[in-house]
Amino acid sequence: MPSRKKPYFGILVFPGTNCEMDCYHAVKNLLKVDCKYIWHKETKDDDINAIIIPGGFSYGDYLRSGAVAKFSPVMSFVRDFAQRGGLVIGICNGFQILLEENILPGAMLRNNTLKFICKYVSLKVEDINNPFTSGYKAGEIIKMPIRHNEGNYYIDSIGLARLKENNQILLRYGDADGNINSDNNPNGSIENIAGICNEKRNVFGLMPHPEACCEKILGSDDGLKIFRSMIGSIL
Amino acid sequence: MSEAEKEYRKLGLKDNEFLKIIEYLGRKPNYLELSIYSVMWSEHCSYKSSRALLKNFKATGKYVLQGPGENAGVLDIGDNQAIVFKMESHNHPSAVEPYQGAATGIGGIIRDIFAMGARPICSLNSLRFGKLYNDEHQRYLFEMVVKGIGDYGNCMGIPTVGGEVYFDDTYKGNCLVNAMSVGIAQKDKLIKSKAFGTGNFLVLIGSSTGRDGIHGATFASDELNEESEERRPSVQVGDPFMEKVVLEVCLELIDKKMILGLQDMGAAGITSSSVEMASKGDVGVDIDVAAVPLREASMVPYEIMISESQERMLALVDPSKLSEVKAVCDKWNINCERIGTVTDNGLYRIFKGRELLGEIPVKTLTDEAPVYHHKYEKPKYIDGTISFSLAENDYAGLLKKYSHNEIFKKMISSPNICSKKWVWEQYDHMVQTNTALLPGHDSAVIRIKNTSKAIAFSCDGNGRYCYLDPYKGAIIAVAETARNLACSGAVSMGLTDCLNYGTPEKPGIFWQFKNSIDGIIKACEELEIPVISGNVSFYNESFGKAIYPTPIIGTAGLIADVKNLVGMDFKDNGDKIILIGNNDKNNDPENDGIGGSEFLELFFGKVAGKCPDISLDYEKKLDNLCIDLISDGLIKSAHDVSVGGISVTIAECCLSGKKGARVNIKAETVDLLKYLYNENQSRIVVSASQSNLKLIGDRCSKVNIQFQEIGVIGGESLIINEEIDVDVNEIIGLYNSSIEKIMSK
Repeated sequence: MPSRKKPYFGILVFPGTNCEMDCYHAVKNLLKVDCKYIWHKETKDDDINAIIIPGGFSYGDYLRSGAVAKFSPVMSFVRDFAQRGGLVIGICNGFQILLEENILPGAMLRNNTLKFICKYVSLKVEDINNPFTSGYKAGEIIKMPIRHNEGNYYIDSIGLARLKENNQILLRYGDADGNINSDNNPNGSIENIAGICNEKRNVFGLMPHPEACCEKILGSDDGLKIFRSMIGSIL
Repeated sequence: MSEAEKEYRKLGLKDNEFLKIIEYLGRKPNYLELSIYSVMWSEHCSYKSSRALLKNFKATGKYVLQGPGENAGVLDIGDNQAIVFKMESHNHPSAVEPYQGAATGIGGIIRDIFAMGARPICSLNSLRFGKLYNDEHQRYLFEMVVKGIGDYGNCMGIPTVGGEVYFDDTYKGNCLVNAMSVGIAQKDKLIKSKAFGTGNFLVLIGSSTGRDGIHGATFASDELNEESEERRPSVQVGDPFMEKVVLEVCLELIDKKMILGLQDMGAAGITSSSVEMASKGDVGVDIDVAAVPLREASMVPYEIMISESQERMLALVDPSKLSEVKAVCDKWNINCERIGTVTDNGLYRIFKGRELLGEIPVKTLTDEAPVYHHKYEKPKYIDGTISFSLAENDYAGLLKKYSHNEIFKKMISSPNICSKKWVWEQYDHMVQTNTALLPGHDSAVIRIKNTSKAIAFSCDGNGRYCYLDPYKGAIIAVAETARNLACSGAVSMGLTDCLNYGTPEKPGIFWQFKNSIDGIIKACEELEIPVISGNVSFYNESFGKAIYPTPIIGTAGLIADVKNLVGMDFKDNGDKIILIGNNDKNNDPENDGIGGSEFLELFFGKVAGKCPDISLDYEKKLDNLCIDLISDGLIKSAHDVSVGGISVTIAECCLSGKKGARVNIKAETVDLLKYLYNENQSRIVVSASQSNLKLIGDRCSKVNIQFQEIGVIGGESLIINEEIDVDVNEIIGLYNSSIEKIMSK
């Protein structure tokens, strides 16, 4: 893909995706950046230079979140796009799909509460040397909502060591003071992990919904910086 | 009587109804026709017991675009936009199969919304169960109903933003699950359900038809008993993913003007949807059961016709557009089959291929269905409950047993008072990114993107008040929603109702029903809120015992400028706490506001006394005043006094703002109890900076609304008259964890 051009976001749409319009609103209406939907049956797109895989229930997710989505035509395009260094952000169900795809390491288990959880949580920005969180200060505490049934991230000890070694853990659940422990872990995820990137740092998966907190009226606008960081890295 | 003739009784038809069918047809019906009559004439579909009274509702007003009669009601919110909403019950299915019962209740009401061409933007629900404590079955019902609602709405991507839950053993054998859904549409894209145009096609879109939910409408029109468990196969099974796809398909078809009409397939499936479309358009319809995509090939025609398989819609399509409609459905990989044709003969005919299986005049299934004017009579219990009141030494006795502090803590921990966080955290209440006020406030507020407007919603109903006085109780239900909206600065535009009662053939029950209807009519007239849609649920009885009469009201309000929004949370230390309203002067001096209160039930185990009084004229002035104070930016928070009384109201303002307060009430210790926990109506607790105090006072006196400064915000604790002194963090802990503690038993 051309290395320098105007940011143009593609938002994947599976039949059960339900946050595509929220992402569109954040990118197009709030940040005034070009944006379009990409239907799950598509296999190529030459316009875009960033992909958002939004939240929702891709194909119903009755089997395992994201398990069916990986067989969809569009995912071979996403894999290829990521391999070429394109920016990909997977939010909630999008994160689950990236894990099922093995584009990101680890797996997602059911929340240890065994319940769907919808609430605002505090997150600590653990790394800013990547295209997704570069707009924050290192160690900054931000507020974003989580809305999921399966956000209990798991990875084996070798994988975890690699994540740490390469600073791939970008967000962790914590409290408003930045304490990170089991009391402020909403879903049981290993070491309070809320979001990780791949080794090449061009693919980011996170359970919280940045697109849902881009305006003060919604309770927080901390999510804007994620998209702003992405836009900044494309420009 | 022959075997065949007894069939009609099994299907829930009465002797006189069977005779009527013979009269209409001029012959005996066959089993298929009998099945069709039985579902169409069921209480659930025909409203035969309630229709005569419901038509007295006023359904017109300056915002109304569509009143009752369509899939849902519609209000004009300006800028070529309309909101579409309705509330519906799914009580019986939820009582026997809580997860699927609740889930499909949500699915059904959502279909009603997009059947009008609107995109659903939020849901609310109103739930009633028996008390949770020491009752594993009630906890199971509660857990599974909440999960069913959550799983369905979450997958659909429709935020569940508000509602209410109460626990009372009157609902032990018959829980209530009332769901309200709201959509937004471009006014010029609204679509109706009537069939027209001879030769136009009826096209079934969505799921295949299976054996689920057969005779569900008939089941919902009967009391619950030992055999109800056997009715579990009558409960439908939901597939929210399919519904999400059906939703997108329908909206795309409407947007591209490919369809002429649309109807949801709810109770009684293909039958009721196609009959209603035909009846509204004064046309006939031919249905071909052989064209219906089936899950089980062996299904017989009557099963196909009355199956309540979910996630199906019926569209009216011009033959020339059929291929385009099919192409859209193909893109989304769902069924799209032409199953019927509009005719001009006024007949409802069922075919299997070319074979005619049944033939019924359409209007005999709808307009000419039986209407009952049941007898009504004041039930005997009323005279007993109304004369009850607590004596002075009852209060004194309670204070010997518990301190003011202990009483207060027990109140805020009561499942009927405490936070319903356990519920709403299982609902995605933020998707679509319009939720301007998170759950827990007086009303749910949804902003409308690209405008300064917001829409507010409130659901309410108090079964205890209605049990004591169904007329006043129903008035209070309407007034409470209007006051909740006023606390968010919203002007009430219209309402939907869900009326839950026992068996209408019982004169005492029908008296409750009739009086509640009269109450709603009165309140709607005085507060100028039209009724634009609704639903009636009778036969909410188990083992012969009826629930409290429980009308649930869901009201929509308009906020002109969302930036003025205030919640109930106290904002700044030093601000003054003011009580506006307090209609004691309008009250019967004998009525202490303790009748039917949470305080009375919690500490004395009684649901008795007089229902609180209310003056609608006063209420209207109060609500308008509150809306003005908010839009003029004079107050920083507003929260109405309702269940639990003013102590609970103030506590909620403190805990949601994480602020302490010092409150002084001019009352001695026993009177303080009455003051803190009475549920007198038409009162709002607001907070404001000192500098606005005089102005607010002037505004109040101008409209003759009482104004009373009762305290100041600040400190770590809520202190009331030095009798109550509780750290705000402790209040938060008790209030937020009460239900979770009971549920994790």
